[in-house]
Amino acid sequence: MKIRIRFEKHGVMKFVGHLDMMRYFQKAMRRAGIDIRYSEGFSPHQIMSFAAPLGVGITSNGEYLDIEVNSSRSSEESMRALNDTMVEGIRVVSYVRLPEDAKTAMSIVAAADYELTCRQGQSAGPADDGGPGRMTDGGTDGRRSVKTAEETLWDGITAEELCDAITRYFDGAPEALVTKKTKKGERTLDLKPLVYGLSVEEKDGQPFLYVMLSTGSQDNIKPELVLEYLLAATGHTFDPATVCIHRRNVYAHAAAGAGFLSLDEMGENIV
Amino acid sequence: MRKSALSDEILLSVQQPARYIGGEVNSVMKDPGKVDIRFAMCFPDVYEIGMSHLGIQILYDMFNQRENVWCERVYSPWPDLHRILKERQIPLFALESQDPVRCMDFLGITLQYEMCYTNVLQILDLSQIPLCAKDRSDADPIVIGGGPCVYNPEPLADFFDLFYIGEGETQYDALFDLYLKMRGAGYSRKEFLHEAAKIPGIYVPSLYEATYRKDGTIADFSPAADDIPVVIRREVVTDMTNIVYPEKPVVPFIKATQDRVVLEIQRGCIRGCRFCQAGMIYRPVREKNVGRLKELAIKMLAATGHDEISLSSLSSSDYTQIGELVTFLVDELKGSGVNISLPSLRIDAFSLDVMSKVQDVRKSSLTFAPEAGSQRLRDVINKGLTGEIILDGAQLAFEGGWNKVKFYFMLGLPTETEEDMRAIAALANETAARYYETVPKEKRNGKCQITVSTSFFVPKPFTPFQWARMYPPEDYIGRARIVNDAVKAQLNHKSIRYNWHEADVTVIEGVLARGDRRLGPVLRNVYEKGGIFDAWSEYFDYARWTEAFAECSVAPDFYTMRERPLDEHLPWDFIDTGVTKEFLQREWKRAMDGQVTPNCREKCAGCGVLAYGCGVCVGESAV
Repeated sequence: MKIRIRFEKHGVMKFVGHLDMMRYFQKAMRRAGIDIRYSEGFSPHQIMSFAAPLGVGITSNGEYLDIEVNSSRSSEESMRALNDTMVEGIRVVSYVRLPEDAKTAMSIVAAADYELTCRQGQSAGPADDGGPGRMTDGGTDGRRSVKTAEETLWDGITAEELCDAITRYFDGAPEALVTKKTKKGERTLDLKPLVYGLSVEEKDGQPFLYVMLSTGSQDNIKPELVLEYLLAATGHTFDPATVCIHRRNVYAHAAAGAGFLSLDEMGENIV
Repeated sequence: MRKSALSDEILLSVQQPARYIGGEVNSVMKDPGKVDIRFAMCFPDVYEIGMSHLGIQILYDMFNQRENVWCERVYSPWPDLHRILKERQIPLFALESQDPVRCMDFLGITLQYEMCYTNVLQILDLSQIPLCAKDRSDADPIVIGGGPCVYNPEPLADFFDLFYIGEGETQYDALFDLYLKMRGAGYSRKEFLHEAAKIPGIYVPSLYEATYRKDGTIADFSPAADDIPVVIRREVVTDMTNIVYPEKPVVPFIKATQDRVVLEIQRGCIRGCRFCQAGMIYRPVREKNVGRLKELAIKMLAATGHDEISLSSLSSSDYTQIGELVTFLVDELKGSGVNISLPSLRIDAFSLDVMSKVQDVRKSSLTFAPEAGSQRLRDVINKGLTGEIILDGAQLAFEGGWNKVKFYFMLGLPTETEEDMRAIAALANETAARYYETVPKEKRNGKCQITVSTSFFVPKPFTPFQWARMYPPEDYIGRARIVNDAVKAQLNHKSIRYNWHEADVTVIEGVLARGDRRLGPVLRNVYEKGGIFDAWSEYFDYARWTEAFAECSVAPDFYTMRERPLDEHLPWDFIDTGVTKEFLQREWKRAMDGQVTPNCREKCAGCGVLAYGCGVCVGESAV
């Protein structure tokens, strides 16, 4: 039986890398008593695969792993068993049964969307006046650092200017060329066909850049590349240390021409 | 949400940020407002090493079972984070609460090997706690040392408020209760330490004074007050079965060295190898009840989700119920995807049968630790392993399909001659020859692979070899060269690989192992010169140490190059491990005569630990 699990990753768990997350879930399966299938052979391993690796430092509301099980309790019971053994920062939010002929999440991932917020005070340099006894101050606490709407965003750009930049240099431009660094060197890439959504939005009075883009084994784009493009186009400097990235969800192509489908919409709850 | 002592920016700029975030499965969170004692438990090495240590998991579990104590963990920040913490003056923090270590009531540091001593200073420095105990105020944590190196704590005497000598399970309750009582009544740090010194097993170095003779040896070592004990007796757990054991050990996110359930099946060893400190300081051998072990194995696997369980002891084959335990685990874990690992098993028909069930024969290798190449020298060190046992074991293994064998030896053992060194190569050669005789050509899986590794012997306190001399680094390298040349001259040299340990670090380890409190300034000097992670060859710098010795006017050879007279006052003589000095002297003399001493089950050798009235001494076993 094929199962797809969706989970969220928050807080300091964003510092646990992809391979360690796989090891974490392998152990979690055993702790939760999930009747997971093992491969044949002398050193059997759990049949488990992740949809799209999440970079270190990124939080997410839509992470996926596919497993195969011999038998399963209901979705609700399985989720409860898993969540009872999760650490703070990781929460399983769905557990669905896939059709037997379903392809793995990894092989069908087509897009992902992100929120990019500006982290404040990170480029201020070392806290020079922090004498003994100072545990944290504004400069060393990442959680109280998102700027408010009237303030500027990355390298002094305002939300309004960023909106204009999207209109001028992305929506209204014939192409949006960036240089992508790969293992083999650099190559020039047009972002336009690979970015499916790009806007400045606001949450709790705080502006952020929303971007939905091509993800997967082909044309895997990192969201900061889009921001870097917009900043460069407007003469601003891009500093990766000032970008706080949150992944909203991961998608596959829906039936021909019907857009995208969240990966957990492809299965059904077990009751 | 959990707080973090480090900003995202810092965490994203260092290697393996997950080392510093805490929050692992089974880590313990408490409300700081609801506990009376905050305890930071430290292993002074990198997280992946420290998290693999069983002793800390035991004490962490035991302390946290007390409602009024919150025990948290601390490991050495890797040099990348070390630099940032120093530059920005961010105090070192405990993983669970992310609160500064210096705000805790206690900082406990386990001392597992001498080369971590500079990391101890790193921990204190980064915590912003004065390095020297005498400079600390009532606001600083009480700094406690524990672990095997406390059997000679003297090189670290300046830096610790107290040492806990022996097994941690027994006296911490008394220490905590005393602390609460005295703190509540408004006593000072000094007054607390004075009273703590009266608890069995607790050594407060500042309350003792050493005087020296002209030749540098100790003239006298005694307490500075009448009500402080002259001798500290090692603490010993007498009932291993009913003692606390962590049923829910912490499971790291990143891959630790020991990424598995560790099941301690017994403590101590019956063998009495004369070089081995563990074989002396953990006497007597005490087995855990096999029923209890089965129950623990199941509970620990369920609570961690680990895919491997390892049996831990100094010599697993000597556990009387090993067959029953392993058979149980093999049956119980069949089809569950959980592996069983069996280190320190003697190679014989039984262990090979078991191993063929639990590991992939083609990939795994078998390990022998004869420690010395010749029978003569094996008798000197009391290693009850003969060439025949090794060759027969290897033959059985070759017949069972193995073709990889690892050998561990030591060079520089007392009385060692060139002949003994060459015998190492000869034994490896004979083993290879046995492979080609035993396994017909058509059944061979390529050549056999014999790996020979040598380390250099470091005499340790409380062993029969504690009086032995060491040699200069050049001399050690010369010995390794003799072995190397001899290996190359063997008929089967193409099947043998030889590795040897570095010599410089061996000599420093030797100084620290048998040094005294006059080494304190040297350690401080090395740390101030930038010495950290000296146990890591990429960070160890011999020149830094030799300069520090010179600047502090300490002659390292005094500690290493002399064969010490049997009546010399040794720096650790104030500790009573239960194994008597008379026994150790007797064993030293027997070693010089090449006489073997039977193991504890064959015949009691009268070492003295019978006084504890437990374990093998009184006929207790695992059934």
